[in-house]
Amino acid sequence: MAKENLLYSKDHEWVRREGDAVVIGVTDYAQHELGDIVFVDLPAVGKELKKGDPAANIESVKAVSDVYSPVSGKVTEANASLGGSPELVNQDPLGEGWIFKMSVEQAAELDELMDLQKYEEYLKGIAGE
Amino acid sequence: MKKTKINEAHYILKGKMVEFCGWDLPVQYSGLNTEHVAVRTTGGIFDVSHMGEIWFRGREALRAVQHLISNDASKLAPGRIQYAGLLTESGCFVDDLLVYMIQENEYLLVVNAANIEKDFQWMKKHTARFDVQLENRSEEYSQIAIQGPVAEKLVQEFTDIDLKPMGYYHFASGRVSGIEAIVSRTGYTGEDGFEIYFKSDAAAASKLFLDLAGKGEKYDALPAGLGARDTLRLEAKMALYGNDIDDNHTVLEADLGWILKLKKEGPFIGGEALARQKQEGIRRKLVGFELVDKGIARHGYPITVDGKSFGAVTSGTFAPFLKKPIGMAYLPVEHCAVGDEFQITIREKTVSARIVDTPFYKRNK
Repeated sequence: MAKENLLYSKDHEWVRREGDAVVIGVTDYAQHELGDIVFVDLPAVGKELKKGDPAANIESVKAVSDVYSPVSGKVTEANASLGGSPELVNQDPLGEGWIFKMSVEQAAELDELMDLQKYEEYLKGIAGE
Repeated sequence: MKKTKINEAHYILKGKMVEFCGWDLPVQYSGLNTEHVAVRTTGGIFDVSHMGEIWFRGREALRAVQHLISNDASKLAPGRIQYAGLLTESGCFVDDLLVYMIQENEYLLVVNAANIEKDFQWMKKHTARFDVQLENRSEEYSQIAIQGPVAEKLVQEFTDIDLKPMGYYHFASGRVSGIEAIVSRTGYTGEDGFEIYFKSDAAAASKLFLDLAGKGEKYDALPAGLGARDTLRLEAKMALYGNDIDDNHTVLEADLGWILKLKKEGPFIGGEALARQKQEGIRRKLVGFELVDKGIARHGYPITVDGKSFGAVTSGTFAPFLKKPIGMAYLPVEHCAVGDEFQITIREKTVSARIVDTPFYKRNK
């Protein structure tokens, strides 16, 4: 998936519009920081999430981290392939390693996310810290 | 932050650096899983210079060591090593350590990085009446561990010591890359391997590490970080001080009865309490478990047995070689048989865990 067409959160999730819904995953930066991912705890379909709520857990060998919901809405699908192959998040974070899909309650929340250029600047800021 | 003399090599090898016990050390280089599997199948090279080296010298060096530790150091001969507990009066751990018998009246005790100063003060305080000199030489010594099936071949390329006949928990003095060193057949991974102790400047220490990593390529051995060190020791069910053993759990509770020699000559710290506990029986025991349900149980996650809270997971991870979540915990003795199940709370979820035979991983010899 072309990273240019995605939106990004400060917590290193990416968001892709798909009709009225969005697909959510973690960025290449995030998967690299996490290291070898061995388990993804997926959200239940139908779960209502507010922007910023923890939606899923990604466990690497050494650590666990939350995937936050970048917008408010309802979970419509979770990536079942991650059950047997959590390493997809490492191998193809923007494609096969997507985590869940959700409806969008307020389209305006999408405007608060970063585009690729802003996200790359944001990453530079982190590296400079 | 403190730097080992090998620090420069970690940056050259692009290690992902973290602070560990006040030291700037690599958590990984190429990746934790890759490094872990390399140690199990080929080899790994670790900087463990943060470990502490305390020397005991003098007419009563043996008596002093015997007074401090749970094992029986009188069984040692020069060139032999013993694993032991440094114990409190109640039989719990001040630390766990290795005792090297260098020669008569001279011993080297290798202790955990986080405990060096505490151990040294404890040792001095409790050996004041013996004719022995204690010297903490941790700052002077570097230590490199080479672990895995190729370790012998790889290290042999660097040393004049004949490694083939060296038994497990034996050591010899000689030269490694021209540097005077102690080479022991020991490790913290569950694999065959060696640990090299040496004194040198930073340039020579970094060079030796880089040379080992460079020559290691021929054998598919990799530099490995603290991450793999932790998952490797856990698969082999080796205790980590601060997680699985501490000053609140006894040697017997930690299921380390084999390092407790109650019949050795002379009294030792913790001996009386442990003799009593052995007679009365323990009420909790350190066991290994696997998860029945999905998830990973980590250090500190709460445990329930028959609906009642019972402490927490002491160590837990996803085991990279066995490819399953494993861990250790203290459980009540009436619930600590292989096959018994209990519950662990992973964040808001409760999952089932089952006690299994340990070590989780045992190498084919």
